[in-house]
Amino acid sequence: MFSVTFAIIIPFIIAALVPFIYRRFKLLHIGWFVMLVPITLFVMLARLIPSVASGKTYIHTYNWIPSLNINFTTYLDGLSMILGLLITGVGSLVILYSIFYLSTKESLQHFYCYLLLFMGAMLGVVFSDNLMVLYVFWELTSVSSFLLIAFWNHRKASRLGAQKAMLITVSGGIAMFVGFIMLHTMSGSFSIREIIANVGDLTDHALFIPAMILVLLGAFTKSAQFPFHIWLPDAMEAPTPVSAYLHSATMVKAGIYIVARFTPFFGGDQLWFWVVSGVGMITLFWGSFNAVRQTDLKALLAYSTISQLGLIMSLLGLGSIALQYGYSEESIIYTQATFAALFHLINHSTFKGALFMVVGILDHELGTRDIRRLGGLMTFMPFTFTVGVIGSLSMAGLPLFNGFLSKEMFFAATVQIMNADVFSLQTIGIIFPIIAWIASVFTFVYCMIIIFKTFLGPVQPEKLDKPLHEAPVGMLISPIILSVFVVGIFFFPNLLGGYILKPSMESIYPTFGDPANLTPSIHAWHGIKPELLMTIGVVLVGALLYRFLKKWKPIYGLLSSRYTLNAYYNNFLSFAESKSTIVTNKYMTGLLRDYLVYIYIFFILTVGGFFFYSGAFSPSFSMDVRIRAYEVILVGVMAVAAVAMLFSKSRMTATLLNGVLGYSIAIFFVIFRAPDLALTQLVVESITTALFLLAFSHLPDWKKERVPSKTKLTNAVISVGTGAVVVLVALAVLNYDRFETISAFFENAYELAGGANIVNAILGDFRGFDTMLEVVVLFIAGLGVYTMIKLRAKKGDENIENK
Amino acid sequence: MKINDVILRTVTRIVVFIILTFGVYLFLSGHNTPGGGFIGGLVLASAIVLLYLSNDIEKVQKSLPLDFKLVAASGVLLATGTGLGSLLFGVPFMSQTFAYFDLPVFGKTELTTVTIFEAGVALAVVGVVVTIILSISEDE
Repeated sequence: MFSVTFAIIIPFIIAALVPFIYRRFKLLHIGWFVMLVPITLFVMLARLIPSVASGKTYIHTYNWIPSLNINFTTYLDGLSMILGLLITGVGSLVILYSIFYLSTKESLQHFYCYLLLFMGAMLGVVFSDNLMVLYVFWELTSVSSFLLIAFWNHRKASRLGAQKAMLITVSGGIAMFVGFIMLHTMSGSFSIREIIANVGDLTDHALFIPAMILVLLGAFTKSAQFPFHIWLPDAMEAPTPVSAYLHSATMVKAGIYIVARFTPFFGGDQLWFWVVSGVGMITLFWGSFNAVRQTDLKALLAYSTISQLGLIMSLLGLGSIALQYGYSEESIIYTQATFAALFHLINHSTFKGALFMVVGILDHELGTRDIRRLGGLMTFMPFTFTVGVIGSLSMAGLPLFNGFLSKEMFFAATVQIMNADVFSLQTIGIIFPIIAWIASVFTFVYCMIIIFKTFLGPVQPEKLDKPLHEAPVGMLISPIILSVFVVGIFFFPNLLGGYILKPSMESIYPTFGDPANLTPSIHAWHGIKPELLMTIGVVLVGALLYRFLKKWKPIYGLLSSRYTLNAYYNNFLSFAESKSTIVTNKYMTGLLRDYLVYIYIFFILTVGGFFFYSGAFSPSFSMDVRIRAYEVILVGVMAVAAVAMLFSKSRMTATLLNGVLGYSIAIFFVIFRAPDLALTQLVVESITTALFLLAFSHLPDWKKERVPSKTKLTNAVISVGTGAVVVLVALAVLNYDRFETISAFFENAYELAGGANIVNAILGDFRGFDTMLEVVVLFIAGLGVYTMIKLRAKKGDENIENK
Repeated sequence: MKINDVILRTVTRIVVFIILTFGVYLFLSGHNTPGGGFIGGLVLASAIVLLYLSNDIEKVQKSLPLDFKLVAASGVLLATGTGLGSLLFGVPFMSQTFAYFDLPVFGKTELTTVTIFEAGVALAVVGVVVTIILSISEDE
């Protein structure tokens, strides 16, 4: 399907154009232009909803590196549709919001360039069928997230937060990459669809478990699951639109997407069930428990996001058990956990997106998001208040909002799992509803904190820098649209179920036949069942806990700050830094001489060693041609020049002698009929001389260095050894017959490349790839020289890093 | 320190043109006889460096107002761009092609995409060499 490939590429193209457009239209906020991208893509995707809902999938392959099985295959099915709609839909709203959030004084061209980069990468992740392509996009989301978190890069906290997010998610990404390679080794394919289709033969493979763990590492780091969740609160240093978009609605859902995508492959395995649901449950509890202690609203939302991601993750784990049973009337009931996961995935994006935007409004309009300084904003900011209350109550799982429906289904799934008769769930399955219930109580408490501490209670205008006022209309549009969804989904959940969730159930349970059987009808009222009682319990206990928050809050003080995960992360980082500095300083001496020693030792050992062990050092003099007198003279001149260089008194003499060597080589090239090489050698020699003349005045005095005679001896041995290896290799290659020569191919250069000059045909055509990369390397080196000389800090320049 | 370099400057005026012409010749002839983008670029660069050596930098920059960083960048873009260009014709990355045409003045001439690629290489070489030499020479 062309349009899906198109959807991935468009954001990248526009991202490249943003700087130019920005320069042209200074007056108009560039966000208006950028917003067209996600809106167009959203409409394009939305048009495909009916056909995807009827079970159609779209696949399009563009051959990229067919020899390595790597093709640019896009695949649109129910599951990728959900994520695609979230990415483009929330993306549109976030960009609209950001237009009012970021003033034109900020470097907007960077912001929107990174944002589009992220959007394209994220669409690439969800639409790619090829694992390698998916991995590239996956890391690209990490990179763009890094750039966006560090958008205000003059702040130290932003940079550290970006670094942390990058380190953790990229390490996980690399683990996942190894997992993907294992999957390829197992199945011989990089295509997710093909791998899933072959699952039956592979579950007993030795690599099945390692691959599962590695893929899960990638998913858990990205989706901020315990114990990798620590990057998410620090990522809140990003501008709020970024937090709303990347760190609540889309990027952190990528891990969930991967888990859902691989459920048909790994699901049904006991380890998968326990790891996914267990880690999810721990994250759910730990996130909500920690959210309560936060005073910064954004940090609170970060922990709440962690907790909600854990909820979705655990549901996917619970749902995977259905694959253990295989398709039957009884196992259908377990698939409802997965259904709830997907449902909550959407719901979470709506209410959490709205809440982030509300916090952004408070921060933007009042200059703070600290609940100790806020209060009583209801009368001053009625619209913000309404959206905030809708979002919070939905998150708490109360009726009239979509969070209630998915929360009830979550409770139902945890209760249901106790009936399963595998994995010894009948005995220990009871922990699932217990943890779920406790975590939900804490969730309820922090939702009340959001409502009561910010919008109700006494007003504290003396603690605010800015006067109290409602936000501008533009900033309110996006959160209001999201809160309309929050309420709308509650009243018409089955619309969502039928069109969006049904086809994705088919993606996760491809062997279960008609997806309509897997799609329960969602009802707000389904009689007095355990889940309803659990919700009532949550409200009662949660209200009590909130009422007596001051009494029990000191227990957070018991958690020593020395043993937190963050402390471990920081210690590890400083440990790694100091140790690697020691190691690096050991061999990076700053002396050119030492580096040459490393290079030559390496050369002698590898090249000389290879020739020695393969027995290639067998110079035979049978092919010799007659040595002519001028060749002897030339060699003599070169030898004299080389030895004289060692004893020269001034730098100028040494340079001139070096020039003698260079030009003599050029003459040799002429004698041996290599005009190309001779020309190049001559010109390079001339330019280096000019360069040296320029650098001459910068160089320090030519002093006799006191080097211990031991070092001198080693250096002499190494230099003689290097020379000897070169000579021996030169003699040996004449008779080397271990493999066939490839030069015969190039002799047809005129027919193949239309060029009579073989050297040039090789450079420009046969091995054009090398030349292209050499040009790029040359360019990078040139830029390096330029920046080191022109842009280095002068003495007395102030350090602008930590303003 | 004032150096009397009348001879150098007079010679340079003539020699630079010879070198430049030679560089262009090398570039164009590279397909069938010795030469090519890299060596052509180096020769062009050496001519420009000679200009800078014999005259002062400001003077040359006035008559040759080029940002050599941009020259290098456009060269790299051109070289990689020809690689990408082959994708548009449905052939693998970096495929080159050639054909023979009858042109009015030159007669039967071979035109090839390698020339575009080589032009990129030459531009990159000129740009990088001059940029490096200029930035070192301007450094205090």
